[in-house]
Amino acid sequence: MYEIRIHSRGGQGGVTAARLLALAAFRDGKYATACPFYGAERRGAPVVSYVRIDDHPIRVYSQIRNPDLVVILDTSVMEVVDVFHGLKPDGKVVLNATRGKEIAGHTTYVVDLTGIALSLNLVIAGSPILNTPVIGALAKMGIISMDSARNAISEMFSDDRNVKAAEAAYQELVV
Amino acid sequence: MTEIPREEYILKCTSACAGCPSSLTLRYVLKAAGPDTVLVVPACCTSVIQGIYPHTAMNIPVYNVAFAAAAACASGMSEAYRKAGKKTNVIVYAGDGGTVDIGIQALSGALERETDFLYICYDNEAYGNTGMQRSGSTPMGARTTTTPGGKIHAKKDIDSIVAAHNPPYMATACVAYPQDIFRKVEKALSIRGPSFIHVLAPCPPGWRFASDMTVEMGKLAVKSGMWILYEREYGKVTINGASKAAIKKPIPLEEYLAPQGRFKGISREAIDTLTSQAEKLAIRLQREEEGVC
Amino acid sequence: MLTIATGNKAVAAAVKEVKPAVVAAYPITPQTEIVEQIAEYVTSGELDCRYIPVESEHSAMAACIGASVTGVRTFTATSSHGLMYMHEMVNWAAGARLPIVMANVNRALGPGWNVWAEHTDSLQERDTGWLQVYVSTVQEAYDATIMAFRIAEHQDVLLPVMINLDGFVLSHSMQRLETLHPGDFIPPIELPHAIDTANPAGYGTLTGPDDYFKFRWDIERSMRRSVAVIAETERDFAERFGRSYGPAQEYRYEDADVVVIAMGTLGKEAEVAVDNLRNEGVRAGSLRIRWLRPFPKLDLDGRDLVVIDRDYSFGFGGILAHSLKSKFRVDPYNVIAGLGGQEVTFDDIASFVRERKPGEEHWFGVNGNV
Repeated sequence: MYEIRIHSRGGQGGVTAARLLALAAFRDGKYATACPFYGAERRGAPVVSYVRIDDHPIRVYSQIRNPDLVVILDTSVMEVVDVFHGLKPDGKVVLNATRGKEIAGHTTYVVDLTGIALSLNLVIAGSPILNTPVIGALAKMGIISMDSARNAISEMFSDDRNVKAAEAAYQELVV
Repeated sequence: MTEIPREEYILKCTSACAGCPSSLTLRYVLKAAGPDTVLVVPACCTSVIQGIYPHTAMNIPVYNVAFAAAAACASGMSEAYRKAGKKTNVIVYAGDGGTVDIGIQALSGALERETDFLYICYDNEAYGNTGMQRSGSTPMGARTTTTPGGKIHAKKDIDSIVAAHNPPYMATACVAYPQDIFRKVEKALSIRGPSFIHVLAPCPPGWRFASDMTVEMGKLAVKSGMWILYEREYGKVTINGASKAAIKKPIPLEEYLAPQGRFKGISREAIDTLTSQAEKLAIRLQREEEGVC
Repeated sequence: MLTIATGNKAVAAAVKEVKPAVVAAYPITPQTEIVEQIAEYVTSGELDCRYIPVESEHSAMAACIGASVTGVRTFTATSSHGLMYMHEMVNWAAGARLPIVMANVNRALGPGWNVWAEHTDSLQERDTGWLQVYVSTVQEAYDATIMAFRIAEHQDVLLPVMINLDGFVLSHSMQRLETLHPGDFIPPIELPHAIDTANPAGYGTLTGPDDYFKFRWDIERSMRRSVAVIAETERDFAERFGRSYGPAQEYRYEDADVVVIAMGTLGKEAEVAVDNLRNEGVRAGSLRIRWLRPFPKLDLDGRDLVVIDRDYSFGFGGILAHSLKSKFRVDPYNVIAGLGGQEVTFDDIASFVRERKPGEEHWFGVNGNV
C-alpha cells in the first residue's frame, strides 16, 4: 500500500487533489481511497488530505501515520503544521516551490505549481489552482500514469487548462 | 462621527475565513455592547469562528446552542437575568438559516413575548457553515450548492415578518458601514424589549468573490438598492446613511451582481425581478418614512 | 458502471436509480453532499422528483410523511442533531407505517459541537420501529440504499429504513463503486393505506388503549417478518448483481477463539487487526453487525468477545455490547472507542484483543478510570 499525505490551505484544491489522485489510480486499475481530514474547514486554513493506493482492497480508514510521500501545496503551512510527521525514512516529498528549496533527508521534488497555474490564468477567487498541476507532477514520479491523470482531470473539470497545467508540471518535474 | 471604543472583544486567532463579514460585524457589535454581555450562538459560522476547544477567541461569554433554539434559549436567559435584577445584555448572534428557516419559530415566540434581548441576524444568504446550501434568505437567481441552477424562489422577507410582531426596535445594517452597526446596536441595547438587527454579510467563499472585496461588495449592495439601510423605532421608519441617496439614484443592479460568482449566468428576467422588488421596497419604506402609509 | 465515489455521492447515486417522487432536504455536516448531489441530479434532469428544501429536519421528515402517504416513494438524509430534531417525526413515520428511506451520516452529539463519526445518534432511534443497517464501504452504502427501498416497501414490512454511514471516514472517503440499474429488482411502490379520496379514511386519529396496543404489536410483527424479507432481498441482489451481505459480516470467524464485534468502518478496519493477530498466532476473527433492527440472531457460543461501541448509554453501558449481552447470554469485553471521531486504528483494535478482560468495560484513551 502506498500512502500519500497532501498538505494545503483551504481554497487551494488540496482535497480535490486527493480525489483526482484516487480517481487516476483507480483508472490505472488500482484500489484507492481518498479522505480529507476536516478540522474547522475554511478558506485559508491548513487542510490535510490522505490518499491510499494499493493492488488489493483497502480496509483501513484511520489516518495515515507513516506516509510514503508528503505533498506540500503551500509551503507556508510548514510554519504551522509538522508536515513531515511520520514520513518514512525513505519517504519522498513534493514541494510546490520555485527551484532551490530542498528538504534535508528526503528525496525532494520541486515544481512551481503556482507559477504553472498563474501562467495559464488558472485562478479562482484569487487562489491559483494547484490540484490539477500536482497530478501531472505525481504522474511524472510514476505514482499514476499520465493517461489516467489526464482522464481523471477531464472527468472532473471541463476547463482544458487543467490538463495543460498537469502536462506542464509533468514536463517541469525532474525525476 | 461616533466615538468607537478601542477595546477589542474578539481576540486574535479566530477561525474565520479571510475577509469574513461576520467576524467584522461582531467586532463592532461587541464594542457597542461591552463586557456585560452574553452571546447566544446557534449553529452557524460563528460556532466555528470562535475557535476550537480549549480556546475561545471571544472575550465575552458565548453560549452555543442547537440550531433551532437560539431565540428560545435567549428568552430563558433574559428572563433569568431580569428576575435577578441583572442588566446583562443577552444577544443572539445567528446566521440567516438559523433565523429565517429553522430558527423562525423561536424568534417569533420571543418577539411575541416581548423578550428583553437583541437578536442579530448576519445574513450571508445561505447556509454558510455547511458549505453554502440555499436558505430561505437566498435571493432569487443565486447559485448555491442545492440550487445549482439558481434559486427560483424569492428571498424571504424576514424584516416584514419581524415588523409584524411590532418590536420596539428593528433595523437593517451592512458590514460595509461599521459606524452604523455600532450606533444601531447601542440604540437597540438601550431599549427595553426585543430588538432585531439584520446585517448583510457578503461572504467571499460563498458568493465567490475575492477575500479582500467584502466591504466593497457591501457598498455595492447598498448603492444598488438591493440592500436598504433603515431603522424602525416604535414603528417609525428612518432610512439611513448611504441608502438615502442610493434609493433615489441606485447604480445598476448588474454592477452588484457581476462580481459575484453565485450570480453567474443569472437570467435577464431574474435581474428584472430583483430590480423591481428592490424598487418596490424602496417606495414602501419611503412612504412609511413620510408617514403616508 | 465502475467508478470511484465518496459514501455520500454513492448514496445519492443510488437514490437516483430508485427514482423517489419526493425528496425533502435540509443540510447538516457531514450529510450535505447527499442533498447537494441530488439537487444537481434534479437540476440536470437526471432525476425527475420534487425536491423540497425544507426549513428544518423536523419538517424534512414531516414532508416525507405527507408525500409518502399519498403512495409515492420518498427519501431524505440527515445526521446527528438533525436526526435528534427529527426524532418526533421519526417515531411518527414508523407508527404511520410509511416505507420512507433515510440515510443517516453518523455524527456525535453536542455540546461541544463535534462533526465526526459516532453511532449514538442513530442508536438513540433504535426503539422507533425503523429498520436500521450500518454500512462500512462506499459500495455497501450504495447497495444498501438500493435494497432499502425494496425492503421498506414490501407488503410484509411497510416500515421505514435507515441506512447509517460513518461521518467523514465513510461519507467523505472515496472508494471504488460499481453502479447498477435496478430494473425490476425494485417493483413499483404500492402502499395499501395510501390516501384515496374515493375511499376517505381518517389517519392517525384518537385511538384508545386496546386498539393502540394492537397497532404497536402490528409494528413488531412486521419487524419480525422483515428478517425474511431482508434475507430474500439480499439473496436476490446477490444473484442479480453479484454481491452478498447478510445480517452480520463474518471475517475469519469460523475457527476464531476471540471475535471483534463492531459496526461501520471500525468493523471493516477490524479485519486488518484480525489478519495481524493471526500472523501472531492469535486465532482472531471479526463480526461486523450490519442490521441492528431487526436485531440479528448470532451464534456467539464458546468465543471471547471484544465488542467495540462507538456509542454510549450513560449510566448503563455500551449499547451494542449490552444488546448482545441481553440477547445471547455472553460476557463481552466492552471497549468504548471512537466517540466524537476519536482515532481508532487496526493496531488499537489488536491491542483491545490482546488486553481483553471478559465482562469489563474499557474507555479507550482514558483507561476507563473514573
